[in-house]
Amino acid sequence: MKKSKPRYRAGSIADGQKFMAIPLLLWSIMFILLPLAVVLYNAFLDPSGGFSLDAFRKVFSSDGIYLHLLLSSLWLAVESTLICLLLGYPLAYILSRHASASVMILVFILPMWMNFLLRTYSWLAILGKNGILNSLFSLIGLPGINILNTRPAVVLGMIYNFLPFMVLPIYNSLNKIDPSLIEASGDLGASEGKTFLKVVLPLSIPGVYSGISMVFLPAVTTFVIPSLLGGGKVDMIGNIIESQFLKTNNWAFGSALSLILMVLIFAFMKATSKYNTEENERGGLI
Amino acid sequence: MSQDNQDNLLIQLQDVCKIFEEEDGTQNQVLSHIQLDVRKNTFVTLLGPSGCGKTTMLRIIGGFETPTSGKVLFEGNDLAGTPPYKRPLNTVFQRYALFPHLNVAENIAFGLKIRKLPKAEIQEKVKRALHLVNMDGYDRRRISQLSGGQQQRVAIARAIVNEPKLLLLDEPLGALDLKLRQEMQLELKRMQKRLGITFIYVTHDQEEALTMSDMIVVMNDGVIQQIGTPEDIYNEPVNAFVADFIGESNIINTAVMNRDKLVTFLGRTWECADVGFGENAPVDVIIRPEDVILDQPREDKLCGEVTAIIFKGVHYEMQVSAGGFNWLVHSTSMWEPGTPVSLDVIPFNIQVMAKSPYSDLQFRRREEDEYEEV
Amino acid sequence: MKKFLSALGAFLSRFYMIIIFIFLYAPIILLMVFSFNEGRSTSVFTGFSLRWYVELFHDSQIMDALYYTVLTAVVSSLVAAVVGTISAIGISRLKGWQRNSMVNVANLPIINPDILTGVSLMLLFILMKMPLGLGTMMIAHITFNIPYVILSVLPHMRQMDPHLYEAAMDLGASPSQAFFKVIIPELMPGIISGTLLAFTMSIDDFIISFFTTGNGISNLSIVVYSMAKRGIKPSINALSTIMFLTVLILLVVVNLIGKSGRKAKKPSRQPVRSLI
Repeated sequence: MKKSKPRYRAGSIADGQKFMAIPLLLWSIMFILLPLAVVLYNAFLDPSGGFSLDAFRKVFSSDGIYLHLLLSSLWLAVESTLICLLLGYPLAYILSRHASASVMILVFILPMWMNFLLRTYSWLAILGKNGILNSLFSLIGLPGINILNTRPAVVLGMIYNFLPFMVLPIYNSLNKIDPSLIEASGDLGASEGKTFLKVVLPLSIPGVYSGISMVFLPAVTTFVIPSLLGGGKVDMIGNIIESQFLKTNNWAFGSALSLILMVLIFAFMKATSKYNTEENERGGLI
Repeated sequence: MSQDNQDNLLIQLQDVCKIFEEEDGTQNQVLSHIQLDVRKNTFVTLLGPSGCGKTTMLRIIGGFETPTSGKVLFEGNDLAGTPPYKRPLNTVFQRYALFPHLNVAENIAFGLKIRKLPKAEIQEKVKRALHLVNMDGYDRRRISQLSGGQQQRVAIARAIVNEPKLLLLDEPLGALDLKLRQEMQLELKRMQKRLGITFIYVTHDQEEALTMSDMIVVMNDGVIQQIGTPEDIYNEPVNAFVADFIGESNIINTAVMNRDKLVTFLGRTWECADVGFGENAPVDVIIRPEDVILDQPREDKLCGEVTAIIFKGVHYEMQVSAGGFNWLVHSTSMWEPGTPVSLDVIPFNIQVMAKSPYSDLQFRRREEDEYEEV
Repeated sequence: MKKFLSALGAFLSRFYMIIIFIFLYAPIILLMVFSFNEGRSTSVFTGFSLRWYVELFHDSQIMDALYYTVLTAVVSSLVAAVVGTISAIGISRLKGWQRNSMVNVANLPIINPDILTGVSLMLLFILMKMPLGLGTMMIAHITFNIPYVILSVLPHMRQMDPHLYEAAMDLGASPSQAFFKVIIPELMPGIISGTLLAFTMSIDDFIISFFTTGNGISNLSIVVYSMAKRGIKPSINALSTIMFLTVLILLVVVNLIGKSGRKAKKPSRQPVRSLI
């Protein structure tokens, strides 16, 4: 006999409170949806005010410059994300087993309280030709390096800025693992290594996924880091969009690029969120 | 109904129906045509399995749900359109709904402060309420520092401090352990007598209902099955559902009433006390396990064999297979499994009931600690 | 042997942690050290001086930017606190597709790349002939701050006993009394952490402000960005050092208070969430 119980959750008397979402609805339409519509509109606008696909044509033709740029931005973001993952997972693991983990986490995120432009800018002084790093190298007799205004410098800037976004979600998911699961695994005869591979790692995968998206998304759209550490020589898609609006005033092209970026990001979100919800549902059933 | 009776009534439900619109658009009737009169200064229990509509009924009285149709009268006045905060009643919620950001005294004083009583009076009343629920000295405690039983007492104090004419209690003891629950049952009953206010108490626990109530309303599937005193309900259940729900019982649904005071079941004809079912009418028969008398096998009695026995403290609980029926028998004497026995029941203890939609249900005992989940 | 291995493991993990911490702190410490440098250089320390701290207070460009940064952060996070809290309550009463689409739309500013939020708002303001400046920047900040408040209030709304509101009414409170005396106090921890989160997001924002401001109104990030090309004035380092130390002290104080107060309450397991 299927008999659903009446729902008391919200209670009928509190149902009227749903109208409190109306201000948000209005605000969202005005300042979230309408602006996106304006971008969409601009992307299909030619200089005379008519409809045109020129902007999109430009992205996909013109000797593949922009397509190539798009791909290289994506690749740069992927690279940074992977390095963040490789550096971040062990760190999250070490932190999660640390005796005073909450203090260490605090110390770990403290740098984020300083303006990120300044923090990034500070690397100029470290990486510069006569910077701190090269002074240190020459002290111990190593040859100087000169990576400023190159791709590696941009990647380094990304890792520096986004590493905490990788570590925190992984740390949280590791922290949520019931310690008795690890004991149980040991009790059933698994070695420490086996326990990690068979118990800890699978349970921390949701954290890894959210870490990946929290790093990848800002990395693929940033224009500040390449602009500061790449010295205008390492362009990413964000830089092109910025200059379309603030320098060359080609709004249509800038809008088209923005839309493509948005579609890419939603495709990425869809791909990862699908995994996440499946994971949650499975977790809920057990 | 005479004028005198009318004055004595505190709350009346007249033809109340409630239909919930489910998310998938289907309609779910949780109450149908509820008719109930509650007299002043009584302890009324709404009893039924989870999902039977008893909580919805309580919430309609409290003003948290609006009936789809029908009327709720309070001392003769229609309550329709009166919001909960203007109703002269208070509620003890299932999980207490104490305000976690306030301490014990502030929780109890909440209603009094809303009514803007003078500070001194509030303090006095809070103190008295705490005393009434045996929680003297707890006024400064945080809610999170209290045990379940203590939270329970605070919830009751918070309600009765407002001196309502009617107190609604929604499975208030559901989350407590057995011993505490029994203690609180007696205490609540005493409190109700002392305060002289009407309690409407929702529970799925039949023992609780029998212990505390002046009047029990047995519900199932949104329909009132029977209204009566605990004795009525236990001794004269009107149908198989009530019989099964209240206490343990042997329900035989293949009986035929030959004529007044004579009924046939399990291949034998038995004398009974009931009349008025007509001749050769199919009926249900219920026999309580403690009313079955076991003895040595005899030609002129129903004979069978003991199949299982459990020691229950006061009595033995035995299963006896006889006449193709699996009997539940309570007895202070012990009969080893495998022993052949005879069964007898005195006419007065054979309860005959008219056929109902519940006649053919396979009844199972309810889990002890089930209560409505939120 | 086993003992040796676990000691080695402990050493390695400590070593690794220290390396990462050096990586994270080196630029900050460098920046703070050079705020006390006598010269302009950010790589050669020529002598200790408080010169940049003195100059900071006479630098109207930086002081104006500081003013606009704080003003925007305070106003936008407070507006977001009110709108976000009301919205979170409203959303929690919605069901099914209405709830999902409302949450998804409200979260767009967090999911969307900042550059898209910035560009789209800029285009809207230009289309509506609103002059870019403090007002438009404020609207932009409120827009991206609201979801942070909603995100931190909604879980509190979900955890709240659904009968609390009814209990308040049952005790005679009118809907508005029940709202202010019960619902809001219950949600307070979520509202505060959401507002703080919004405040820090606003303080730190560069991209969205960059596109939506104009008319000479800049926040600190914009000033830093525009200086970066020519070389940053050490006064900015001085200001950052002050701000960083302020936050550090506040955090220590809050943690100490929290520690002494936490014993009575449930241990809160999320000091982290409220800070990022």
